[in-house]
Amino acid sequence: MASGLAKLGNLDRRIIYLLIALAVVIPLLLKLVFPSITTPIVQNIFDEVEALPPRSKVLLTADYGPSTVPENQPMLEAVARHCLHKGLRLYVATIWATGPPMIENMSENVIQRDFPDIVQGTEWVNLGYKAGNQGVINSAYSDFHNAFPTDARGNAVGSIPMMAEIKRLEDFDLIVAIGSGFPGVKEWIQFGGDPSGVPVAGGVTAVEAPLLYPYYPGQLLGLMGGLQGAAEYEAALVTAYPQFEETSTQAIQNMGPQTVAHLLIITFILVGNIAYFAAGREKPRLGVNR
Amino acid sequence: MFFRIWLPVIVTSIVGIVLVTALYVPHDPFGKLNGDFSEYFNIIAAFAFILGAGNLFKIHLDKIYRKTKGWLFSVVTVAGFLITLVAGLLKLGNTGGWEGDVVQPGSWFAIAYDSMFTPLQATMFSILAFFVASASYRAFRAKNTEATLLLAAALIILLGRTFVGYWMTAWMPDSLEFLTIPALSNWIMSVVNQAGQRAILIGIGLGVISTSLKVILGIERSYLGGE
Amino acid sequence: MAPELVFSPELSRQLELWVGAFLTLMIFSFLYKDNPFYKFAEHLFVGVSAAYWMVQGFWGTLMPNLFGKLYPPMVRFAIPQVADQPPDPYKLIPLVFGIFLLMRLIPPVAVTARLAMGLVIGFAAGTNLTRYLQSDFVAQIDHTMMPMVAFHPDGSFALGASFNNLVLVTGVLAGLIYFFFSAEHKGLFGKASRYGIWVLMVAFGAAFGYTVMARISLLTGRMSFLGEWIRSIFS
Repeated sequence: MASGLAKLGNLDRRIIYLLIALAVVIPLLLKLVFPSITTPIVQNIFDEVEALPPRSKVLLTADYGPSTVPENQPMLEAVARHCLHKGLRLYVATIWATGPPMIENMSENVIQRDFPDIVQGTEWVNLGYKAGNQGVINSAYSDFHNAFPTDARGNAVGSIPMMAEIKRLEDFDLIVAIGSGFPGVKEWIQFGGDPSGVPVAGGVTAVEAPLLYPYYPGQLLGLMGGLQGAAEYEAALVTAYPQFEETSTQAIQNMGPQTVAHLLIITFILVGNIAYFAAGREKPRLGVNR
Repeated sequence: MFFRIWLPVIVTSIVGIVLVTALYVPHDPFGKLNGDFSEYFNIIAAFAFILGAGNLFKIHLDKIYRKTKGWLFSVVTVAGFLITLVAGLLKLGNTGGWEGDVVQPGSWFAIAYDSMFTPLQATMFSILAFFVASASYRAFRAKNTEATLLLAAALIILLGRTFVGYWMTAWMPDSLEFLTIPALSNWIMSVVNQAGQRAILIGIGLGVISTSLKVILGIERSYLGGE
Repeated sequence: MAPELVFSPELSRQLELWVGAFLTLMIFSFLYKDNPFYKFAEHLFVGVSAAYWMVQGFWGTLMPNLFGKLYPPMVRFAIPQVADQPPDPYKLIPLVFGIFLLMRLIPPVAVTARLAMGLVIGFAAGTNLTRYLQSDFVAQIDHTMMPMVAFHPDGSFALGASFNNLVLVTGVLAGLIYFFFSAEHKGLFGKASRYGIWVLMVAFGAAFGYTVMARISLLTGRMSFLGEWIRSIFS
């Protein structure tokens, strides 16, 4: 039996690939869904948005690309939905070149679907993309209109009613940065939140999340980490506002394959180690005649 | 020598000193210069995209011209580049004309983005899931104390970030709630992970600060690309 | 331009599904082994993404922030709302430095690119020095100064919070000690360094767990897309 276990350690990697693919596909086909429980680090963001009075100014950034849409897009849409439902003024921008289509998708899935009556320019504005990475944030800190002279449609920001009260970054009441690398949440903390004193909340991919924990809670009031983080925010939103159950549960839906795949990875780690130790026992000892 | 080395170093030092001073003296001229240099950086960053694309074009055209190994794939790169570039710069098929948003739905640029860029980038990253799974099986071994700690933490996190972790220890009484898998997972992230990552962050921060100082003082000149 | 060349929503969607699905399968074919289909998709990605970034940089930044400010009437055809603003001649500076940067492509004058690099690196160094000092050094030390003996709001001793603070503070110190190579890691220093390695190993284990979660999420997204494509064939 030990010999059989030891051979398991040399399993063809293509069988591993196939098992992982099945672990994702089968739960998707069966529409396996598990409940999500909101952890304190995500609940803080939800509570902060809840506590803001109507007409508060929230800067929401979409600093990611198509590669991390499954993790970041649910976060962007859930936060946007929450802010607009609370009557907050939403300023959406991005410092990633691949960000504008993400904002367009959010506009279609959230604003056009759930808030068709809100007017762009008075309740929400799409400031589009500006190149320069942290330079844009640094510029926005001292003169926001200089950093974003036009919105995504080419209108001068001076002509947009809701931009009249925004002169500098510190005029915002909250910054929610959704990102997946550089520049992202870290840069919004370093160049935006810390100098201006505006609270910053973050939503990042799971790869980046552990690296941002040192900023929590002093410099980062909350953090959504990966698909689980997105699911937790959606769970908090749907619990408080059940009317969003139909439209705001895409991350919760995708946690089914996530759960099964995690169990498979754990199995791989355990079986791999068992096979390793079984092979170790079989090695002949030096100096012993067989 | 002056133009190759010292003039760029002088530019670096002046810009760096102005920006550091602007933190302590936000009034004009330093405050205004801080804003101005930020804008200049943003614009030059956009030029860097053109430089990168131009460099790519040059390398692949060279491969095609010399017919080096794999030159046919370089044709694919150049064709994809040119089609997307022309579609985007000229806003082909854009119902808003020149004034329309560059990624206007239905435009050629939007089609290139949605049908090529998005699936290619997304799939390039998603393929890593298979390699992570293979590495979990073939490479992660509890060979010593440190490796065992790493694996134990990974296992708790993997369980704790799903509903299964919650369900496995839901039977525990409230007095032992801190021993449940979700609580252990949160503790590992908020305490131990935070401690480890903070130590790394402080170390990196010190490195960045010292390197930035060396660059501003002209001691570090490797960014110029050699003498 | 040429709005008559617009793709209808139905055609756009079909192109997105079919071309996207084929390209996805080409990339996934690498899992079996390297092959020309994968190489084709990889090279196409490089070309399309370089062009994408260049187009976004041009229309998103150069047009409104450079040309629109240097000589506003120049952009009237695309951004009429900024065409009547007063010109800003100082924008000649980034234009000149930007052209210097592009000179890197022409070997006889490539040395002028160093001036542009000087400005870019000077900006990065100047801002990083202050921001890293504030956010990644002073603030981190500030947030590590926590009470070893914590109390609840009602004045009673908080065992959990005290233990957590103790682990956090000692963990940070031990982690920093591990990275201090100017002193030999022996005796008490060596033991602290070993504790630091353990803290770092747990942090890396947590990072690995999260990395697995990230990759699986992305794979789920791709599989959902392929499912959508297959459903579109039968619907």
